[in-house]
This record gives sequence, structure tokens and C-alpha cells, in this order.
Amino acid sequence: MEMTGAEIICESLLREGVDTIFGLPGGAVLPFYGALSGYPKLRHILVRHEQAAAMAADGYARATGKVGVCSATSGPGATNLVTGLMAAQMDSVPIVCITGQVPRAAIGRDAFQETDITGITLPVTKHNYLVMDVRDIAPAIKEAFYIARTGRPGPVLIDVPKDVLAGEKIEFEWPAEVDLPGYNPPGEPDARQVRVAAHLINQAERPVILAGHGVLISRAWDELRELAEKAQIPVITTLLGIGAMSTEHVLNMGMPGMHGMAYASLAIDRSDLVIALGARFDDRVTGRLSDFAPGAKIIHVDVDATEFNKNIVADAPVLGDLKDSLRALIPMVQPNVHLDWIKETDTLRAEHPSLFIRKSDVLLPQQVMKQISDETNGEAIIVTGVGQHQMWAAQHYGYKEPNSLITSGGSGAMGFEVPAALGAKVGRPEKTVWSIAGDGGFQMTLCDLATAVENKIDVKYAILNNGSLGMVRQWQDFFYDKDFFATIYSGNPDFVKLAEAYGIRGIRVTKQEDVAGAIQEAMETPGPVVVDFVVKEDEFVYPMIPAGESVHEMLEEPEAESIIS
Amino acid sequence: MFRRRGFNISSLAVGNSEIPNLSRMTFVVEGDSRTVEQVTKHLHKLIDVIRVSDISDDNAVARELALMRIHTTSQTRSDVMQIVDLFRANVIDVANDSLIVEVVGDEEKVDALQNLLAPYGVMEVMRTGIVAMTRGMNANGGGSGRNGGSSRRPTFNESGSV
Repeated sequence: MEMTGAEIICESLLREGVDTIFGLPGGAVLPFYGALSGYPKLRHILVRHEQAAAMAADGYARATGKVGVCSATSGPGATNLVTGLMAAQMDSVPIVCITGQVPRAAIGRDAFQETDITGITLPVTKHNYLVMDVRDIAPAIKEAFYIARTGRPGPVLIDVPKDVLAGEKIEFEWPAEVDLPGYNPPGEPDARQVRVAAHLINQAERPVILAGHGVLISRAWDELRELAEKAQIPVITTLLGIGAMSTEHVLNMGMPGMHGMAYASLAIDRSDLVIALGARFDDRVTGRLSDFAPGAKIIHVDVDATEFNKNIVADAPVLGDLKDSLRALIPMVQPNVHLDWIKETDTLRAEHPSLFIRKSDVLLPQQVMKQISDETNGEAIIVTGVGQHQMWAAQHYGYKEPNSLITSGGSGAMGFEVPAALGAKVGRPEKTVWSIAGDGGFQMTLCDLATAVENKIDVKYAILNNGSLGMVRQWQDFFYDKDFFATIYSGNPDFVKLAEAYGIRGIRVTKQEDVAGAIQEAMETPGPVVVDFVVKEDEFVYPMIPAGESVHEMLEEPEAESIIS
Repeated sequence: MFRRRGFNISSLAVGNSEIPNLSRMTFVVEGDSRTVEQVTKHLHKLIDVIRVSDISDDNAVARELALMRIHTTSQTRSDVMQIVDLFRANVIDVANDSLIVEVVGDEEKVDALQNLLAPYGVMEVMRTGIVAMTRGMNANGGGSGRNGGSSRRPTFNESGSV
């Protein structure tokens, strides 16, 4: 049967197992939408801003492990995707974006809603396509999904001119294979590299594992636990690696870095071996590179060779898929106990109670997070925005399962909290999804509350409302002489009234004793809910290692001292 | 990629290869060995790149072509042409007050010619950038191509699909 380009896209998406597309139509992409309406198996969720489409696809992908899909029209529709693409790329998330483009004859002539989106997104996509012939559509889609989900995952954009979507009709042919001679994602690691790594592990007396996003991407959490337990090695998870090991596991030492737990950063500082699994030594984790893990050899297991020796020189790089690499490594690692080292790390935990929450008359955001953790038993999916609330969410929630924290780490894109939560809930409808929002970021993408209402997406939004651009304010307090210029949000709306304006239940909480009740009420109310937690305005995220500093310059919660002395 | 990652390109030459739909690109990049390693790996990562070779240390032949417009008077013209001959370069255009020289050679040769012609007045220079190839298997060994001083100038050959 002969099909248009638009129909071929739909057929191809079905072949790739797609069941959900987040998007917003427009002139150039209208033929695609015309075809889409005839494919009920492809559920289209209409957003209110294309940025939400990209971020929802991102949240969906992180929650499910599948490739997220979004679509937008040409020009401004496509450029609105860019922040979402960048966020997906920085955190290695697989999404495929389909954008309409002006007809081929109009390209390059400043047509209406024309923009060179493939040029604009070259640096923020893993790969992109401008499809100029209807015969190239199916191969492009097959390739795009393959590229998005293999190796180091990432976003792929496919730009299709309107007259390719709605022009010549051809027989649909799904290609048997993908032909990409220039793309060869690593699989099994080199045996020599594995041997060198195993040798270092067996020799080490003070080893730590630094588990990054790669553990979740490669679905290697069982192997991680096996390795850690076999050789009794403490596991430190980066922000994006949270969930790779349950926070209840005795070997889990928490998160390192700028706002990580002091004991995690100190453990790295005192270690003689850092086993980095699918982590990229981001500057938020390392601080000043010259002072990072000064006494440690480094094993670096990663699927992306460009990460080796980019920030940290690896003594034992291991190139390969993480799951395959761990499977090769574990048999070569000897069972071990490291009793003195474990005792030392326990002492560090006792001496640096980084999760200590002090008593206060004013509602503290950390208390809210802890309460949400208790009420959900650490089993919800937590989505966050960016800023102080994000750090508190990473610190004070008791994550038990993989893929339970969805947060924009590398790019730190505010506004992530609203749409990514929608994507996560759509992908995992059986889970409770709490989106921890900052009042700043929430206002960037709140228009997509309408999407939640329209599609009955049952996300619970917890705004940690301190009436300011909190993290920036903290920096101004610490480093810019308390010059709170442009960080005080005095024009915030009444978030409860705002929720009600969308037909959503809104709850305001100002006192500690009301927190638990509000959380329960939110979870018992069917449909999306917005809870406005009015929290202390000038609260600081501790610990903090200032940018460019090392663990020796760490600032810790002042009142924590009192409970250990 | 180069701009995003902050690598410095000295020159870039690209053109068809012996395989249809495949181009070869030659980059000359400035940097230390860590930079070279990163550039090589980042080029590999690009989906359209089939193969990357770092030939800085290899026994390689490198050539570039330059066109130079040199100011001449009736008195200086023969001197200029003599210098051009010595370099086995060619004059490909003559006008009343200038001529165009075409020269092919490695970077040092082209630099040398330009310097020698400078006193006469170099009005315009167009250089293509280096293309390079490793020498064949039975080439006389001995000695690496060029030893840098403090700044290495590695050279890459890259094949990309069109």
C-alpha cells in the first residue's frame, strides 16, 4: 500500500515500539498530525510549550528505559525544544524528536517559521537528520532510534520538510538493518583492561566505587551490588547514579561533591582506589581536580572513550558496556573484607552528620522532603527541578529502587520539574510520582499543568516555596557579600489559587505539623495536586564545597557540630 | 565539534576521495598530547565519521598549494621570476604591475617562498591548507617527520561520508 511520508513516520514509530508522543502541532508538521490522528496506538499528549514536550519525553525515557518521543513544528516550535535536547544530551537520555520543516523549495529563503534547526541542534544532539526524500524517512527513523538508545544514549532530531511529509507516496519498506559504518558502540570490554582493573581492586585497601548514571542506563544495578558485596567496597552514587543502590544498603555511602554528604567526599579523599562505573567526573563531583582523590588510583569503566582522560587520567580505563564489563570483572575480583577501611568510613559518617535536620519553628524544606520520603516509604518516583530543592530532594529522600530519581543534572535546566514528571507518570502509571518543584522553576513551565488536567496525569507537585531563586541567593549570600540582586521573587502568585484555576486541588502548608496530613491528602486525592509548602526563605544547602574548591574547604551545617561534640 | 570543545584548528582541507560518497578531511590541530587524544576521540564519536588517523608522528608527506599575487615593476619582474624558478613554482598570470605565483610544497617551502618574495610586495595570498598521506610500506625509514619545539602540530586524516 502506498503511503505518504507522514504515514511512513507513523508506521516506523510503531515498528520501534513507540506508544506515546509528546508534542504540539503547527503548520509545517500538520501533515504528520493528520496521519497521526489515524493511529490510535500512538498516543499523542498535547503539551502547552514545546520545551515541555522535550522534557516530558526525557522524563518518560528515564523512568521507563525506552526511547522518549516528541514532535514540534518548524521555526519557533523547533527552537523551543533546544533546552530539552541539551538537558537530554548532558545526562545521556535517549529521545527522538520529529520536527516539521518548510517545503524543500523554501529552505534557505527565510520562509515563514523557517529555521535551520539541524544547524542549531548540531552541538546538542547525538545526531540529527534533514530528510529530503520520502524514501529516506524509514531508514532515518530506524537509525535514529538505534543511535539514541545504544552506546552512550542521547537525543536525535529528525527534521522533515512539509512536502516530504505530504508529497510523493511510496510503498512502505521497513529496512532490515541499520547501515552506519561510522558508528560502532562498544560492547564487551577488552580482557586485558579488565585484568588490570581486577588486579587494582584486589590490591586496594581503601577502595570506593563511584556509581554514575551508566549503572542505570546499562541496567547493571545487580552487578553493582554483587561487586560491592563480594569485595565489601563502599558505594558512592553521583546525583545521576542515585537509585543504583538502595539507600538502605549498608554499603551505600551517599552522594559526593558540591552538595553531597561530607562523609562521601571524605571517603573519596582518603581512598586508595576509585572505581568509577559509568560516571564522568563532572566538576560538581570532583571540585578542584588537582585535589580530587589525591591518594587514589582510578579505574574508569565507561562506554564512551572520550570520557577517559578528559577530566581525570585513568590508571585503568575499561571501555565497554557497563553490564558486560562488570560481568567480566566480577569473577576476577577476590572476595575481600577491608574491615579497617569500613570502620573508618563508619567513623566518618558519625563525625559528619550531613543529613542532620535541625529544629526550627519555621517550616524547613529538608523536613518536607524527609516527610515525603516517610509517607511514600522511599518507593515513589521523585522528579525535581533545579536548585536548592533539587539538592534537598537528592539528600533527604530514601531511594530504594533504580530510576526513582529523575533530575536534570548536567544541564541543570530549571522548569524540568513540571513536564518531566508528566513524562515519568505516563511511562510508569503504577508508581506514585512526586515532583519536587522550586517556586522559580515551577513558574517556567507551569502552563503544562493543563496537560496534566487534560490527560488526567496523576502527578503530585510539591512546591518548596521560599519566594526566591534559592540556589543563586545562596551563592550571593556566601560569595557576593549578600547582594541579593535579582533573586527575590516578590511577585509570586498564590499557587493554591493557580492550581484551582486549572481545576486542580491546591493545598497550602505553612507549619511542620500539617506536612504529613497534606502529603496524605494529596496522595488520596485522585488526579494532579499542587501542594504549596511555604518554607524558610534563607535556608542554605549544606554541606557545600564551593566551586573550584576541594573537600578541605567544605562548609558544613553549623548546628550539626552540636550533636556530635 | 571543534568550536564546542575549544580545539584550535590551524588548517582544514576537504575533498572527494577515491570512494564515491566519501570525503577525506585533513585537519592540522594545535595542542599537546592530551588535546590530540581528545580530538581523535571526539572525531570518532561523530556518526558520519568512518575513520580517524592521527598521522602527526608517522612518516607522512604533507603538501599545500598557495597562490600569491606579487607586486612587480619592469625592473623587479625578472628577479621575482628567478626566485619563483628556484622554488620550482610557476607564474600563472602576468599583469602590468603584478603577477600570480602558484606553488606546491610542504608548509616550510611555502613559508620560505612567501618570505623571500615579501620585499617585492606580497599583495594577496591564498593557501589551501595541508593535505597529507602516510608514506608507503617500503619507504626508507629513519627519523620522524618533524620534531616540534614547544608546540606540537599534529595532523589528522579523517574520512567522512558526504
